[in-house]
Amino acid sequence: MKRSWYASPYALWMVLFTAVPLLFVCYYAFTDASGAFTVGNFTKIAQPMYLLVLWDSVRLAFLCTVLCLLIGYPTAYFLSGRDLNHAQSLVVLILVPMWMNFLLRTYAMMTLFEDNGVINSLLEAVGLPRLHMIGTEGAVLTGMVYNFLPFMVLPIYTVLKKMDYSIIEAAEDLGCSPLRVVTRVVLPMSVPGVVSGVTMVFMPAVTTFAISRLLSSGMIYLVGDMIEDYFISMNNRNVGSSISLVMLVLIILSIGLLRKVDPDNSGGGLW
Amino acid sequence: MKKIAIVLVVALMLSAIAAVSFAEGDKPFAGTTLTVYNWYDYIDPAVLTMFEEQTGMRIEYANFTQNEDMYARLEAGAGSYDVIFPSEYMIERLIKEDRLEELNLDNIPNLANVLDNLRDPSYDPGNAHSVPYMWGTLGILYNTDLVDEEITSWQSLFDDKYAGSIFMMNSLRDTIGLGLKALGYSMNTRNEAELAEAGKLLVDQKTRHLVSGNFVDETKDKMVAGEAALAVIYSGDALYAMEKADNLAYVVPVEGSNIWVDGMCIPKGSKNKEAAEYFINFMCDPEIAQMNMDYIYYSSPIKQVVENLDEEQAANGALNPPQDVIARCEYYNDISDAMDLYENIWMEIRMAR
Repeated sequence: MKRSWYASPYALWMVLFTAVPLLFVCYYAFTDASGAFTVGNFTKIAQPMYLLVLWDSVRLAFLCTVLCLLIGYPTAYFLSGRDLNHAQSLVVLILVPMWMNFLLRTYAMMTLFEDNGVINSLLEAVGLPRLHMIGTEGAVLTGMVYNFLPFMVLPIYTVLKKMDYSIIEAAEDLGCSPLRVVTRVVLPMSVPGVVSGVTMVFMPAVTTFAISRLLSSGMIYLVGDMIEDYFISMNNRNVGSSISLVMLVLIILSIGLLRKVDPDNSGGGLW
Repeated sequence: MKKIAIVLVVALMLSAIAAVSFAEGDKPFAGTTLTVYNWYDYIDPAVLTMFEEQTGMRIEYANFTQNEDMYARLEAGAGSYDVIFPSEYMIERLIKEDRLEELNLDNIPNLANVLDNLRDPSYDPGNAHSVPYMWGTLGILYNTDLVDEEITSWQSLFDDKYAGSIFMMNSLRDTIGLGLKALGYSMNTRNEAELAEAGKLLVDQKTRHLVSGNFVDETKDKMVAGEAALAVIYSGDALYAMEKADNLAYVVPVEGSNIWVDGMCIPKGSKNKEAAEYFINFMCDPEIAQMNMDYIYYSSPIKQVVENLDEEQAANGALNPPQDVIARCEYYNDISDAMDLYENIWMEIRMAR
């Protein structure tokens, strides 16, 4: 049996659950309710009002990715240190929250952030003024970073861990200062991990809606909400599909850009 | 203590009904599997057990959380359900699209138990396709610690006094509908100018930062926690919240509101129509309806249950809407043919900042 046959279960899966649905999305995106060809769905969502929603989604996803990188990279660097005895158990600690359903964790965050929630009760108990957190962009970003951070830490950690330590020793032997070891040796060599991490955070972040809806009290309206509204509340799968298609193209484009940074795809990422 | 009492009563009723049915030995539909598609957490599970024991039928039970979800599933898999529980505007739409079986009312004598004002409704003349299961209103739930006046009007939702302490409903029909009512128009209007005016009112409400949240299911718990002064809510959810907190009050505004009915229908393609009619009839039995009301704590349309309310329950406007409230409310009509108008306004409201 040819080796490629082993992929047939996956191939069948892909055809049924990726290719066919994609064809449906394309069909609905370019037709109206009666099934006639139209580009009206796209001209509708090209209105400034709709583009602003798209912009908000991309902006929040971008901020979330940057924050994850700023927090995640140093964490991964610290964990990959050769002299760290319990690195494995610390990595497990990063994974533990992911064993719980993300919706449960987000509901928990909601009760933390509420005006009469856990954090405000604590603040009041120690005599500090209350903070208004729920419904703000800050609350949404915190929730997103909390949920997506492991996806940034793990690929970077894997790449750094696999890095040949003798290269760093060589740089030190040749007179590199510790800071320059990081900027000239470690950082460039970890790019594949960063690319993989950025992809894995940005993609789910740009289409998130459960996290944003719960933590913004439904006040921040993102592309995910809009797609749901069109499909369910307005029973208009044509406009809904056209928004989904635009998102798909945007994500493919941004991944294409990222691949330019890591052309040989050595980060072990998804693509 | 109350729980134990309920369990005891249920057990007693179970044995009584079991005894009766065994005595008669009359189980015409024994062995039939009935597929019931109902709202999430919207029936006393003991009722299903009783039904199965009494009739020898088996019930496959499935849940939905929105009319529109149910519609999508029904559209995709006609014939897979025997009894569904859509709301009035969805019933109207399903009738229009010929997706419902006409009921043989001879098999549902308990329809006579349904309150007169809920029978022969405009959305389904003669109850030809649906029998009411639960009903209620749309109104405002307010926190009496944070509000020092009696709320009577939708206008309070547009009052700067409550800025940042108002929860609206993340639901197209209810939000635009209450905007229309606040202006004195019908919730079912297809008039562009009226809709635009309502849209402007609701967009202004957001740009003036009066609203602090848009929910459906979370509203009740957040109101119990004191997260807002005013919230748009369904009477059933209001009852749940008022049970848990004493400082909450419910009002159906003077301008009028929506009166909703969740009905029981048989979708086209059901292979067990007579058994399904038997099930619908069973649900309208006063004792069964009482069990469901006690469990769900929504308003039952069954006369005997209403007469059975204790003094406190009868005085509770959310549980037992008085005649004048009913008189100023209207059913939602199916507006799917005018959805384009509603769509643009809904998008403007949702995207306003």
